[in-house]
Amino acid sequence: MDSKPSDQPAAPGAGGAPAGPAGEVPLRRTVRDALKIVIVGGFGVGKTTMVGSVSEIRPLSTEEVMTEVGVGIDDVARVSDKRTTTVAFDFGRISLDDHRVLYLFGAPGQQRFWFIWDQLFSGSLGAVVMVDTRRLEDSFYPLDRLEHHRMPFVVAVNRFDGPGPQPSLERVRDALSLPGNVPLVDCDARLRESCKGVLITLVRHLATLHDPTALQEAAQ
Amino acid sequence: MNPRPLDFDDPDRLYTVTGGRSRVDDDALDLVTLVVAENDPAPGMQSEHVAILRLCRHEPVAVVELSSHLRLPVSVVKILLLDLRDTGHITVRHPTSATTVNHPADLETLKQVLVGLEAL
Repeated sequence: MDSKPSDQPAAPGAGGAPAGPAGEVPLRRTVRDALKIVIVGGFGVGKTTMVGSVSEIRPLSTEEVMTEVGVGIDDVARVSDKRTTTVAFDFGRISLDDHRVLYLFGAPGQQRFWFIWDQLFSGSLGAVVMVDTRRLEDSFYPLDRLEHHRMPFVVAVNRFDGPGPQPSLERVRDALSLPGNVPLVDCDARLRESCKGVLITLVRHLATLHDPTALQEAAQ
Repeated sequence: MNPRPLDFDDPDRLYTVTGGRSRVDDDALDLVTLVVAENDPAPGMQSEHVAILRLCRHEPVAVVELSSHLRLPVSVVKILLLDLRDTGHITVRHPTSATTVNHPADLETLKQVLVGLEAL
């Protein structure tokens, strides 16, 4: 109800014929640079919901397949004997200006999908880790991998409407052992303004990592 | 002329589409590399190649969007795209702001991203 499980996205182009970009919002012809931000988190935490809240197209999904052996298979005749793993992921996009488009990827956080991470994170500006306070442990593996990849990130707590009190951000920070310099914010993945705020928090964080005084001018 | 939806879980189908090739130089194309058709499909072309050329005939389309529209795994689409690139049917626009651990996004790019996000 609160989000579509991002590990099992709807079949793309359902109905047979692929839906061509003509029926969607096409990219501008002048676009020449595509940037990436990855939203990662546990099953059903709201990744696809967040993508959908800010994307200019309805979230699309696709798949990647990986044979167990991975790279370096020369004897293709044997490939079908290998166990293949398929991982689905969702994405959307935001046209930033005439030349730039930002792609948002929802990445499954489970350890068994590790192989998609390199491809999704390669070249990314940074990541948003989405957290459900009822299942904080789902965030441990993604946080560990991001630190391993030295990928800058912010953490967004998706506040679900649930019974009972929810832990404060301070307690979430403690539970996740987040360093003080990693931004931690509340969000509601269903709301465009809220998701926009999370992305802005991430990009401001990236700028500050680059140069601590970078945005002082803008803040004045 | 649209390609039939393919069963992702059937390696034989994917084997046929790619002519048996199973790997691609991963550095050649990113998920967000933008693809532009340079000419119309030629007679006798493989149906998946035709579909790609039609999808990116008017505007650039990212690799990952082609994968979604064609209902083919990303790695298979990359193989098909390299065929088209090598024969001059498409050109590609690589992500110029792609980062690495040692080369984070430059400040000017980040500021432009902020401007774009704040305008949402």
